[in-house]
Amino acid sequence: MRLHVKFLYVFLSSIAVILFNNGAQASHEVHTELKSSTAVTVRRVHRTGYHFQPLKNWINDPNGPMYYNGYYHLFYQYNPKGAIWGNIVWAHSVSKDLIKWERLEHAIYPSKPFDKYGCWSGSATILPGNKPIILYTGIIDKKNTQVQNYAVPANLSDPYLRKWVKPDNNPLIVADISINKTAFRDPTTAWKGTDGNWRISIGGRRKNRGIAYLYRSKDFKHWVKAKHALHTKSGTGNWECPDFFPVSVSDNNGLDTSAKGSHVKHVLKVSLDVTRYEYYTLGTYSTEVDKYIPDKNMVDGWNGLRYDYGNFYASKSFFDPKTNRRILWGWANESDSTIDDIKKGWAGIQLIPRTIVLDPSGKQLLLWPVKEVETLRGKGVELRNKKLVKGQKIEIKGITVEQADVEVIFSFDSLDKAEPFDPKWDRYDAQKICSVKGSTVQGGLGPFGLLTLASKELEEYTPVFFRVFKHQNKHLVLLCSDASRSSLENATGTYRPSFAGFVDVDLTSKKLSLRSLIDHSVVESFGERGKTCITSRVYPSKAIYRNAHLYAFNNGSESIKIETLKAWSMRKPQQMNQ
Amino acid sequence: MLRKTEKMKIQLISLIMVFALHTMASQNLIETTCKSTPNYHLCATTLKASPGSSTADVADLGLIMVAAVKAKSREALSTIHKLRRRRQPKLSQALQWCAEVYKAVFEGDVAVAEQALRGNPKFAETAMAGVALEADTCEDAFEGVVVPPPALSGVNKVVHELALVARAIIRNLL
Repeated sequence: MRLHVKFLYVFLSSIAVILFNNGAQASHEVHTELKSSTAVTVRRVHRTGYHFQPLKNWINDPNGPMYYNGYYHLFYQYNPKGAIWGNIVWAHSVSKDLIKWERLEHAIYPSKPFDKYGCWSGSATILPGNKPIILYTGIIDKKNTQVQNYAVPANLSDPYLRKWVKPDNNPLIVADISINKTAFRDPTTAWKGTDGNWRISIGGRRKNRGIAYLYRSKDFKHWVKAKHALHTKSGTGNWECPDFFPVSVSDNNGLDTSAKGSHVKHVLKVSLDVTRYEYYTLGTYSTEVDKYIPDKNMVDGWNGLRYDYGNFYASKSFFDPKTNRRILWGWANESDSTIDDIKKGWAGIQLIPRTIVLDPSGKQLLLWPVKEVETLRGKGVELRNKKLVKGQKIEIKGITVEQADVEVIFSFDSLDKAEPFDPKWDRYDAQKICSVKGSTVQGGLGPFGLLTLASKELEEYTPVFFRVFKHQNKHLVLLCSDASRSSLENATGTYRPSFAGFVDVDLTSKKLSLRSLIDHSVVESFGERGKTCITSRVYPSKAIYRNAHLYAFNNGSESIKIETLKAWSMRKPQQMNQ
Repeated sequence: MLRKTEKMKIQLISLIMVFALHTMASQNLIETTCKSTPNYHLCATTLKASPGSSTADVADLGLIMVAAVKAKSREALSTIHKLRRRRQPKLSQALQWCAEVYKAVFEGDVAVAEQALRGNPKFAETAMAGVALEADTCEDAFEGVVVPPPALSGVNKVVHELALVARAIIRNLL
């Protein structure tokens, strides 16, 4: 009898969810797990509509993303017990389209001596014969000593790969005497060399030198540390979540992690423990030498290129053989306080997966939301040829602007009014410049862009905007995503950075394009088709649901024109880890 | 050949010297570590008062400081509890907030810092930074209504300072 009541409750809740599809009005929801009888009240107000997140609790790094037999798999660091980090397990979800996600049971959780104190991050490799294998970091004691373990599916004919086994010949890799054993984690997807041997990299450090260790194996079971690391860099601090993969120089197809040849360049990305952002370089790699060498023009260090100049960490890419794409997952944590997280019952989201291709210039990567996200586009509105003089803004109406996808192309007649770039500024501290030159600070060419998640009287807004500078006979384009005025709520305990990155673009066409994915408490922005990406997490108190507004604005003395602006309401996926 | 007592004397002196050197080294570690924090005096007195500190490494010193934050937060909760019993209407809303704040400090930030400090210090650092800000929100909760009770104000300030010291120590581990 009780089971019937539970099913009835779930059925009615589902109806309620479907009815309040776009920008749900209810701000509270009680989730009754079918497995247990505890109910958790989750505050809905800042939850996303179409981003990957579980129903409740803390999440962090995406783990072991892969494609296998028709399904995309995503595992992720999850705390089953609360909205703070701890008790970490590998939660598991599957999808046919990277958009609708079905929750499965936890795949990996502490159960053996080699992971008793934690199952931290790792990667999946598809071995020849289409056999997935996971490598992950296990914690073996209270001091968080790190070892590398493997897990394989219990049943390869289960399309969901629900159950995973951890054989007793674990751990596969332990730190030797030269390695700091509490900074030794996040094994990568493996790649095969010309000699037929497998290789992986593991993140770590020695004092202040970030290290991507290199290990080799003939049989994927016995691993030997290479004499030299894959790559290291002094002064960068601990390296976490290394991601090492090839990109094609000749087309926009993704490549299998083992790809090699003259049509290939390599990418090494590391997550920086000290600064909490990531950076990558482009370079060369051959398994004969087994070293990664960044190209000469690359900045290798804290000032390097980033996948995303905002809240984007612990990212990991994988090769999708179904569509020949390299796809990137990244985690955004909460920018509000611990109290807020405990009260609301959840923390952390995954950003919309992005494809990675090499920019035609060969100098950087381009990241762009996977095309599948466009299937969520609902009602659309369009603006064309709208001029914006200094101080003018225009509202975009008719869609759910708190849950939207916006693409806009701005144009301008002249670069003459671009303000000078102050020589005292640090060319590599875009965030500092954005914090002093916000959207309300008038300029020459710019600031212009979007005001997202804005309240009617603009007490709250998150502007995403360009500002063009004149610098040494050239121009510098700054893209900002500024959270400093995103919420009226008491600022103590909330982190409201003015994220920014430069956009390396030729302005001869006198156009700049911008796309923003807006979703209640996250704004993911892409400048110039993915040359510069910035993710912001914000918590408006007024600009929520139907009270959120969206504007295009210009605060520069040079008039600008909206060539085209297209904006769509975004529907919720029919399934998101329910 | 040395007699037994001579051998024992040498062993004892060697032992004392090793211990003295080690303690000096630890003292130096406490001093250098505390110099990297915004409140040297609070850092040094707190660490030296802890029995384990003479043989501690930097991570241990961090854990000692987190334990001090935990103890002070417990004291804050007890102070709040006592104040609430007085049932003064002007204080009640702010005290309610403070109770939630320190509950979160206890169950959230301190718990995370204890778990993560050795091996994944970035989470511990964020947690301690959070504690400092959260202690401030307790103080701010009284603004415009009434002067914060001095007993609670005092504890808020110490929690804030201890958390910032803990955060600075943890930064050495990154």
